[in-house]
Amino acid sequence: MRRRSVPLSVPLNAGFGAVFVILAFLATPTLSYGGELNIYSARQESLIKPLLDRFTALTGTKVNLVTGKGDALLTRLKSEGLNSPADVLLTTDAGRLYRAQKAGVLQVFSSQELNKAIPAHLRSSEGEWYGLSVRARVIVYAKERVDPTELSTYEALSGSSWKGRVCIRSSNNIYNQSLVASMIASQGLEKTEAWLQNFVPNFARPPAGGDRDQIKAVAAGQCDVAIVNSYYLGGMITSDDKRQQEAASKVSLFWPNQKGRGTHINVSGVGITHSAKNLVSAKQLLAFLATDESQQWYGEKNNEFPVRATVGASKTLNAWGPFIADQLNVSELGRYNAEAIMAMDRAGWK
Amino acid sequence: MIVAIPVLVIVASLGQPFSDAWQHLFDTVLSDYISNSLLLMAGVGFGTLLLGVSAAWLTAMCDFPGRKILSWAFLLPMAMPAYIIAYTYTGILDFSGPIQSTLRVMFGWSYGDYYFPQIRSLGGAICMLSLVLYPYVYMLVRIAFLEQSIAVLEASRNLGKKPWETFFLVALPISRPAIVAGVSLVLMETLADYGTVAYFGVSAFTTGIFRTWYGLGELTTAAQLCAFLLLFVFALIMAERWSRQRLRFHHNSANKKLVRMQLKGWHAYIALLIGCLIVGLGFVIPASQLLMWASSRWQENLNSEFLSLLFNSFSLAAITAICCVIVATFLAYTKRVFNSRLELGAVGVASLGYAVPGTVIAVGVLIPVAWLDNKIDFLSRVWFDIPTGLLLSGTIGILVFAYVVRFLSVSLNTVESGLSAIKPSIDESARSLGARPAQVLKRVHLPILRSSLLTATLLVFVDVLKELPTTLILRPFNFNTLAVRTYELASDERLVDAALPALAIVAIGLLPVLLITKSILNERASHE
Repeated sequence: MRRRSVPLSVPLNAGFGAVFVILAFLATPTLSYGGELNIYSARQESLIKPLLDRFTALTGTKVNLVTGKGDALLTRLKSEGLNSPADVLLTTDAGRLYRAQKAGVLQVFSSQELNKAIPAHLRSSEGEWYGLSVRARVIVYAKERVDPTELSTYEALSGSSWKGRVCIRSSNNIYNQSLVASMIASQGLEKTEAWLQNFVPNFARPPAGGDRDQIKAVAAGQCDVAIVNSYYLGGMITSDDKRQQEAASKVSLFWPNQKGRGTHINVSGVGITHSAKNLVSAKQLLAFLATDESQQWYGEKNNEFPVRATVGASKTLNAWGPFIADQLNVSELGRYNAEAIMAMDRAGWK
Repeated sequence: MIVAIPVLVIVASLGQPFSDAWQHLFDTVLSDYISNSLLLMAGVGFGTLLLGVSAAWLTAMCDFPGRKILSWAFLLPMAMPAYIIAYTYTGILDFSGPIQSTLRVMFGWSYGDYYFPQIRSLGGAICMLSLVLYPYVYMLVRIAFLEQSIAVLEASRNLGKKPWETFFLVALPISRPAIVAGVSLVLMETLADYGTVAYFGVSAFTTGIFRTWYGLGELTTAAQLCAFLLLFVFALIMAERWSRQRLRFHHNSANKKLVRMQLKGWHAYIALLIGCLIVGLGFVIPASQLLMWASSRWQENLNSEFLSLLFNSFSLAAITAICCVIVATFLAYTKRVFNSRLELGAVGVASLGYAVPGTVIAVGVLIPVAWLDNKIDFLSRVWFDIPTGLLLSGTIGILVFAYVVRFLSVSLNTVESGLSAIKPSIDESARSLGARPAQVLKRVHLPILRSSLLTATLLVFVDVLKELPTTLILRPFNFNTLAVRTYELASDERLVDAALPALAIVAIGLLPVLLITKSILNERASHE
């Protein structure tokens, strides 16, 4: 027994001895953040931090960042209320921006400059939020097995000739939800449901994995076409990983719905919170994010398209040629999101 | 009681009106969520029981070459976050992965020509979770085997029972509290798992909760789903408690030296093979894959920022582990001394947190804390004209509190199962000799409980290291951990870059595993 009691007291004593250190550690973040700029971001750190560092270098304003999932950050923002330290909310899809707007956590910021830089369908009509980059949901096909003349629209993939040839990820994914929401917005729920009923049985396998996995499956021959976000293909083409490059080289990109409403797009975007205490800096940041320089970086870093028409896309993206994008205001994607999910549930899209 | 508040916040959501979303869930996906979650629980429960108990039996009761190494190597998979092992095995076994690609090239097959088990499936999820969760069972059951009265086992052997009979008729029933504690931890963690099932496209209850919250925008309905999940877990725990109400599992002092069964010849080889297979699948293969990925990119990713990640993760895990064990010992002990209904209930509720997905716990913490903050701010403005802002929200203190809520049951189960092995007569003798309850705890129980306490610390430490969702939503500005970094990179499908922080989690997790197991292993030796 005696032997046992000795080692136990060591961690305990060390624990008590460290109390002061621990208290100091626990209390650090309560220090005031006044005069700085506080951001809740659903866009992950590596895709935003360098730009914020640049902002700090230009303006001298220190920027503090918390990243997380869009809805979790929104819940935090809501429950913290007007005392929330957050000045700016960044998200990676229009649905969340719309939800934040509906929840009343964003304030109106109408700026001539931003309105001029960003097309009207990529921002909220009142100025609660602004799109910063565009990603397109495209069809990727196996060069060897698919003749691009077979392809036309998302809708056409429900045809019987595509049975067992389509790969797409789970309907849990926001970009699939947005795609279906855009269909509901443009052609109504009834037609969309009918399409889903025929489209889902065409899946080559139960939906699983991410968009890159769908592209790899096309390359490996498990399916012939996949619906994915453009930046994932861009990321694979520019990847250092040989296997990813090789998979990307076996597929081509097709812009769907070019003869109709255009390819479905979504945005990442930004808004100023109601609780913002550093309003001047927040407005500065929004203006900064829409400058040519930021737009260039923001787009290139994640293989996305700039929202600003005057800024060209990266070389990788330009290689895919120009395309017609859906002109639907992206807030509609948020409006129909719940309906889209329910329709996908009914169609058995896992 | 404070620890129970977040769980109660979730359960309180049942008091709110049920929205139309319920009708939709009933009509379409709810039955899928339930059946998949039950199958997952059954599969993982069986898998971890099989792996954990056999590993514990082999290393505690038998002797064969390699036993000593295996007895700590069996713990290694614990340091591997489930979603990371899922990512790595998918990388290896998927249709477009190296194994299937090689097979196709070798035999000239193409898609559909051959059968290969689909890794991204319910079965795959069961395998992944079993491989990383069995150490919970192993640890607790191993201690139970070691602390079992040798006399009982010897009696069984002397009565002519074969080793297998001794195992099933004596050792297993005596170890029931430990087995139950281990398996219930595993089941709760399985129910709370989101990363693995989401990646594998298995629509389980957790994916349903998040789909309802994120997708349908119905936070209340999501909380209600979660509340039902909690009621289910609570019912399971109560049913188990009730079924062993009459049973007592105390044993006499274990001071006698255990004679391990010597395995000879092919028996020893089989034991070694089983051990290597478990550790290989659960740790060596995925870790080497991570190492391969990490080695190709380590120069870019290893920088001063990485060191701060290490520091943050380590200190959070250490602080939480100590807090959890202190709270758990306090609760388990109050329960033992007072044994009142109210206490039992509070302890029961407090330990449910483990079955709740981290994000939901985070919301359960966030809402009351932000409410309290705003109230304090309001009162202070009215009375003193001083705005206090948010005092607690967004501090590391709140993060630690949320971890304690979430991981308390890990430490509590471990401490309780250790405590239940101490005969009440020991308490009584100490008390009759004039010792106060606190003295009994300090001088009698804590020394005996040492290995249970260390195990509890270790389990919580490793769990916090791996923890992701709670950290994501509650952390202060500019505060990152290894798990957050791993997740951000992995979710962007950049596994190669995610490998380094993932390996670091594994490495830091190994540190206490090695230290503590060494001291637990020496336990026996110190009696000799």
